[in-house]
Parts: sequence; C-alpha cells; structure tokens
Amino acid sequence: MRYEAPDSVEGAVALLSAATGEARVLAGGTDLLVQMRADVVDPDLIVDIKKIAETRAITEEKGGWRVGAAVTGAELKEHPRLRQAWPGVVEAANLIGSTQVQGRATLGGNLCNGSPAADSVPALIAAGALATLAGLPGRRDLPVEDVMLGPRKLALRKGEIVVSFLLPPRAPRSSDAYLRFIPRTEMDIAVVGAGVSLTLDGAGTITAARVGLGAVAARVLLVAEAAQAIVGSRLDEPAQRRLEAAARAACRPIDDKRGTIEFRTDVAAVLTRRAALIALDRARTS
Amino acid sequence: MAKHHIETTVNGDQVEFLCETEDTLLDVLRDTLNMTGSKEGCASGDCGACSVTLDGRLVCSCLVLGCEVGGRRIETIEGLAKGEKLHPLQQKFLEHAALQCGICTPGFLVASKALLERSPDPSEHEIRFWLAGNLCRCTGYDKIVSAVKDAAASMRKG
Repeated sequence: MRYEAPDSVEGAVALLSAATGEARVLAGGTDLLVQMRADVVDPDLIVDIKKIAETRAITEEKGGWRVGAAVTGAELKEHPRLRQAWPGVVEAANLIGSTQVQGRATLGGNLCNGSPAADSVPALIAAGALATLAGLPGRRDLPVEDVMLGPRKLALRKGEIVVSFLLPPRAPRSSDAYLRFIPRTEMDIAVVGAGVSLTLDGAGTITAARVGLGAVAARVLLVAEAAQAIVGSRLDEPAQRRLEAAARAACRPIDDKRGTIEFRTDVAAVLTRRAALIALDRARTS
Repeated sequence: MAKHHIETTVNGDQVEFLCETEDTLLDVLRDTLNMTGSKEGCASGDCGACSVTLDGRLVCSCLVLGCEVGGRRIETIEGLAKGEKLHPLQQKFLEHAALQCGICTPGFLVASKALLERSPDPSEHEIRFWLAGNLCRCTGYDKIVSAVKDAAASMRKG
C-alpha cells in the first residue's frame, strides 16, 4: 500500500488520476482507517490531502466563507466568526463523534464517505454551500446536494477531489440550525438529521429558506417544497404545519435497526420544524 | 515497497522509526517504540483507550497512520508523570479510585489533561461531554468525573 502526501492540489489530482488500482483520499481518516481495518476497503494508494494548504484553511471570500475540505470539526468550533455566520453548519459538524474524532474528522471526509446519515451534509445543503472540486481537466463547483448520488456513490470523476466548500455571503437577519435524532445523547449515527437556513425581512417575514434532510433517503435531500412552505410566513402555526407536511412528504427512508420508516418520517417532520424555529430565533438576534 | 522512515517528537524526545503504510500510530507506539501505555480497545475510534495528542489536539492514535506523523508533536500517557512525581490527574484518579481494571485509564488521563489545558475549571457537564469518547466498563464514570474536578481544583491552586 502506497502512501503519498502531496503539497499541491495538482499533485494530488495527478496521483489519483494515474492510479491503476484502488485509490483513496485520506483527510481525517476517521472513516477510511476504520474501513481499512474492517477490510471493507484495501486501497493500493492513499493520498493524504492535509499537506495541501488550501484544504486546511478557513478564509473569507466574496463576503462568504471558504472552508477547506480537510478542516476538522474542532477547528470549525474554534472559529468564532464562522460560528456566528453559520452556527448550524458548525453545530452539525461538531455532532460527529467524540472529542477525539472531532480533532480529526473533516467536512470533506464527511461528504465523501457517502453516507446518507452524514451530519454535516444536511446543514451544508441548507446553507447553499458549493463544493469546489479539482480534477485533471481543472476545477468545477457543484452544489453539495449534487455531490452525493447514493450510499457510497459520489458524482466525483476519476482523479477528482473535493478541495473546499464555499459558504455564501449572509444577508442581514439570516441564520441556520441543525438537529439530529439519535437514541443516546452523544456519539451515534443520525436516525434523522435536519438542517434549516433562513433569512428574514425587517418585519420578521421569511424571505428565503433552504431545508436539508439526512438519513431519510438514499442521499441527503434538498427539500425545496419545505422551504417554499415557509417563505412569506413568519413561521406561525399554519406555516409550521405546512413545513412538517412538506418534510414528511419528502422522506423515502429505509427500515433498519436505528429506526422504522414510520418513525423516521415522523421525526423528520418534528426536527425540521424545531430546526426552523431555532434558525428563526437566531436570525432575529443576528 | 520500502518502509516509511519517520522522524517525529514524542513527549519532547526526538524519535525515528520505520513503518508500513497501514501501521497506525498506536501500532508504532506500542510495537515499535515499546510505549505500551496507550491501549488498544476497539481499534475503531469508539473507546478512547488509545488517546494521545497530536500537535496539542486530542486524537485516537488508532485512527492516525504512523506515516502521517513526521515532524509532528506527539504526547502520550508516558509523558504525564515527571519521573516519580505523578501528574495531579494521576494522583486524583488514585485518591478517588477512578479506575478498576485500568485499561481505559491512560486514555482518560490523556483526554482529561487536554481538557484542563483548554478549560481549567470545567463543569461536570463539560467533563462528561469532553470524555464521551472514552469508555469505561468498570467505574460507572462518577469517580472519574470527581477525580477530574478535584485535579482541576488542585491544579488551579498550583
């Protein structure tokens, strides 16, 4: 098994593009090393992207924030201005695993692991984040909701890596929130995850919203109907009922040991409503 | 292919070692550097028995490759005591009987030290959440939390 740690995006892309056997990108390793250990994957080549400066940076860009694919959950938490702008994205990333896992686990890894239950992904989708990909032909941006196609299946082409994410500029009176359900208080995989981002006008009416739902379908969903259900409202009771109905209607979950179809669908509605109320409260005071 | 030749710092000492790509930092510490204080519990990042710090950041050494740590600063359980003098956390774990079988203890101590470096006066809530990635099947955790609180108090007094 070959290990390479190039210091440029071009170097990583060249290695991955030229690979003849199974190749894997190593960011935090909290999924990859476990899968190697369990003989789920046995790569011939590991490309560690952490020596590439732009995968490790959090920088302001065009009024928004660019977050490197290999930035860890702990580093997101320690960035006060990013937390202020995108509290839902940061709280979602911080729900992944223990303190130890937070020290290593990354946004890029959480997305590219390809799990429908990835905690940071519904929040990134709600945020309208773009993933910046690099491959041999060059770079392209994809909305995060278009990166994952199904369990362990990504839209990335051979040799392509996620370099960073762009979180868009924030209008005044905007905020976001993420909630998930797990059977215990810490360290578990989402049964359902819900991310909501919204913007209010001066009168407190919602002018824009996005909703992301995790663990209720084969991929993390952008639920446009749920957003439409609350735009133009002040999230009063009828709007909350419409939001719940839209979230429920979007669910295509599976039955498994963590939750039944019926339970996941109910919980998706409840969490979407609660996350929207938290985002609303944050937007009012932002 | 040839082994990786890695130079790094462990508990302030310059060390070098050879490893295969698939060797974890925990494998290197225990089997190559003969530092067996860090324990292998689950080997999947769930139990925290292999906790070390990497450039000051608490991690599971079972989820780090040996070939990743060149030029980094690693701190392990072996660096806690200064000679015969126990670290206050070690002393308080003994006084509170915060260990029974002892397998989880090195991980708890390393994780607790990382907590107290960031938060010298943590609440019980903070301690319990910080240590959620360290599993103990003997104590029921209460004694560990008490020991950490007491150690924090004694370290604040200096």
